Amino acid sequence: MKIPIWVLFNFVVITPAFVLGIGAEKLDQSQRTERISGSAGDVLEDDPVGRLKVFVYELPSKYNKKILQKDQRCLTHMFAAEIFMHRFLLSSPVRTLNPEEADWFYTPVYSTCDLTPNGLPLPFKSPRMMRSAIQLISSNWPYWNRSEGADHFFVVPHDFGACFHYQEEKAIERGILPLLQRATLVQTFGQRNHVCLKEGSITIPPYAPPQKMQAHLIPPDTPRSIFVYFRGLFYDVGNDPEGGYYARGARASVWENFKDNPLFDISTEHPTTYYEDMQRAVFCLCPLGWAPWSPRLVEGVIFGCIPVIIADDIVLPFADAIPWEEIGVFVAEKDVPNLDTILTSIPPEVILRKQRLLANPSMKQAMLFPQPAQPGDAFHQILNGLARKLPHGKGTYLKPGEKILNWTAGPVGDLKPW
Amino acid sequence: MKLSQQQNCNTRRNNSFRTTGPLDSSVDSAFKPLASFFWVVLHGLCCLISLVLGFRFSRLIFFLLFSTNTTSTTNHYTVPALLRTTSDATQTLTLQTPPVLITDTPSNRTNPATTSSRVVVGRHGILIRPWPHPNPIEVMKAHRIIERVQREQRLQYGVKNPRPLIIVTPTYIRTFQTLHLTGLMHSLMLVPYDLTWIVVEAGGTTKETAALLEKSGLRTIHIGFEERMPITWEARHRMETRMRLRALRVVREQRLDGIVMFADDGNTHSMELFDEIQSVKWIGALSVGILAHSGNSDESSSLLQKQEDEENLPLPVQGPACNSSGQLVGWHTFNSLPYVEKSATYIDDRAIVLPRKLEWAGFVLNSKLVWKDIEDKPEWVKDLDKLVADEEDLDSPLSLLEDTSVVEPLGNCGRKILLWWLRVEARADSKFPPGLVFFFSNSFSVVYILLPCYLYFFVLYILLPLSDTGYDQRYYMFFLFPWHFLVVISFYLHLMSDDLPECIHMAYS
Repeated sequence: MKIPIWVLFNFVVITPAFVLGIGAEKLDQSQRTERISGSAGDVLEDDPVGRLKVFVYELPSKYNKKILQKDQRCLTHMFAAEIFMHRFLLSSPVRTLNPEEADWFYTPVYSTCDLTPNGLPLPFKSPRMMRSAIQLISSNWPYWNRSEGADHFFVVPHDFGACFHYQEEKAIERGILPLLQRATLVQTFGQRNHVCLKEGSITIPPYAPPQKMQAHLIPPDTPRSIFVYFRGLFYDVGNDPEGGYYARGARASVWENFKDNPLFDISTEHPTTYYEDMQRAVFCLCPLGWAPWSPRLVEGVIFGCIPVIIADDIVLPFADAIPWEEIGVFVAEKDVPNLDTILTSIPPEVILRKQRLLANPSMKQAMLFPQPAQPGDAFHQILNGLARKLPHGKGTYLKPGEKILNWTAGPVGDLKPW
Repeated sequence: MKLSQQQNCNTRRNNSFRTTGPLDSSVDSAFKPLASFFWVVLHGLCCLISLVLGFRFSRLIFFLLFSTNTTSTTNHYTVPALLRTTSDATQTLTLQTPPVLITDTPSNRTNPATTSSRVVVGRHGILIRPWPHPNPIEVMKAHRIIERVQREQRLQYGVKNPRPLIIVTPTYIRTFQTLHLTGLMHSLMLVPYDLTWIVVEAGGTTKETAALLEKSGLRTIHIGFEERMPITWEARHRMETRMRLRALRVVREQRLDGIVMFADDGNTHSMELFDEIQSVKWIGALSVGILAHSGNSDESSSLLQKQEDEENLPLPVQGPACNSSGQLVGWHTFNSLPYVEKSATYIDDRAIVLPRKLEWAGFVLNSKLVWKDIEDKPEWVKDLDKLVADEEDLDSPLSLLEDTSVVEPLGNCGRKILLWWLRVEARADSKFPPGLVFFFSNSFSVVYILLPCYLYFFVLYILLPLSDTGYDQRYYMFFLFPWHFLVVISFYLHLMSDDLPECIHMAYS
């Protein structure tokens, strides 16, 4: 049926006017916040349900539950994302019990749960644990061998991801675990041109306890009177007393240049009003430490404090969905002595816009791992990221008989059974 | 060497926060004793040289020696090791790792192009700018940014459509007037809303009060009230009520629009108070903290302390009382029974000053309540003119209402105390001048006093030594010393004489 041209014309002209009109009304209401349009479009509010199917391997409890039972602190430290991801996937609508229709396969291994008395995770057994888990799934199910792990994903939230070491030089030496070479890694570490960040990895924020942060909210009309806020170490006296090694000297530089500056509220104290103070600050420093990522970014986003990221070449969480350039301020490590000039020369309109973007609730939701899961939170953003990688490329499924992974590669210590 | 260094680093790091040693350090073996001896000797030599030179010499040597070993395929991003100016050369005795440039990692990667990190692992210098102190221009810019952010916050989360405020203050000239009025003035200057300040002065308007009000820059209406302030507290409270009604008459005549607030000059107001009263519809009531102080320091206060500790009174509060659903059910008033014998009668008594049962300061009104003819005036308010004409004793704005249940409790139903009531007055015979005038501010005095001073010093220290005449002691005694004496005496006389009219004025006011 031929549509008369005038009908088409009406559609083309009048419908956009409608949409624009509605859009204009919405603009008035949303003057407090701004929509976040990332590089992939407005993807923060996408719903992954229906776009992908995930199959969760049933591993013996020595890989997950027993480890958690040994130390309950794993649920509250900043690497707890791996545990909560497992729990979320078990009860999520994207889970499928039929592996034939699954797009992605998840292996629940809690590799960051071997804690010292101080609460820091030791990564020395993690490569062996991961290797043993992969041997198990490759021998009990055919799906690993079918693609050598290219449609599998693993959550490795430790300092340097799947390099499984806390020291950067050692981590670089080890490189990513050879068996994980083709899998998708969901990790907190992200630095461009670094051995431990593989292409196609999904960067996630570190775990921050949502209830604790909600409990410390103050009324939003409390005036922001602190210009720059930071609490943390500048010199890691235990491991690097002279400075220069820790944080590549950036934190020490911040201290030396700005310790007597009234605009910079920086110290090493642990105040009980840390969250409240962040809500009274305009800028919050997020410098690198031993690793470039830190939970301060998450805290800054939740409390509406503009993050000042001092870490060269860092890859921030969900970088393809969140336009971090428009939300935070990036300062090169060599420009740290001029930090006050840089921050005061930002025009006020830009600062207000950044605060509006930060006030957007979908931004805050995307950084959190709430229990139970809510729409738009970090779990859904991970699934969105996985869904964006579908359909799988041509090299995913191997031809029969083809082998790419070298099962004996890596340091000798890794090959011992776990 | 690098391995041993790294092992040193490992153990150092491990000792501090991780207890188990690394498993993959199986590569290191016991190095030869000769090599270790050689390194110890070299290290000691470097330390000695550093002591002499004053900076860390070994770092430079290692950098120079080992930087030639790197392969050319790496991308360089070396931060030059800036020499720290603080003297720390003598402390550390450990071998430092030179900035290690990343070489090709033993890669079993599929892509042949080496994607090595641009960012270097290893020890970097700590960059300190030449003048690491705050720059005042930056500080000013930052304050402007903060101001803009706070303004935006107020626009977003603060009161929408703020109404102008009308502040009514009764005052009279006395020793502590400047003290109280300056405090109130600064509070009002900080209020972010439009403001009209009606100041009613007993005894007629005076120049001192007018000068003080002018410094505020606020819109003020200065009214004189013909009678003088009496000397008893009872009579003073009654007179203040009449002064407030006089101010309300001005509001009525000029049809000033806004929210009327009664700010006495002795009270202290918090800034949240002005945000809270914007939410009043017709008449609202606030909680007022009563700071009833005792004038006598030693015995009466200790008695009071004991009494207060027994009855566990934290701070007496006057204001609305609500039930659990937030409705007004009654009033908290000041319990003056414990203090009745010791209360002050005269204004300058050194005893406790008691408030009335309900202070005017705890109430705010919509100015339309006192206007003459408006359409939607509520029925429960009495006409102001009739009240004044009847000469009833209005001890609180509740007398303006037929029905007191329409009062809106503010400040989270009276749970938040936003202002404090206090009456402090000086002794009757005090001679506190209304303003401190530093004598240099008067330009006349500059000419009168300073010029001879300068002439004197010029003669004594410049002309005389330059001249050829050798001056001796007698010359000095005869001419210069009397002149010096005269100058000093006239200086003090001038100081005293400046105050003389004021002192006379105060004593007989």
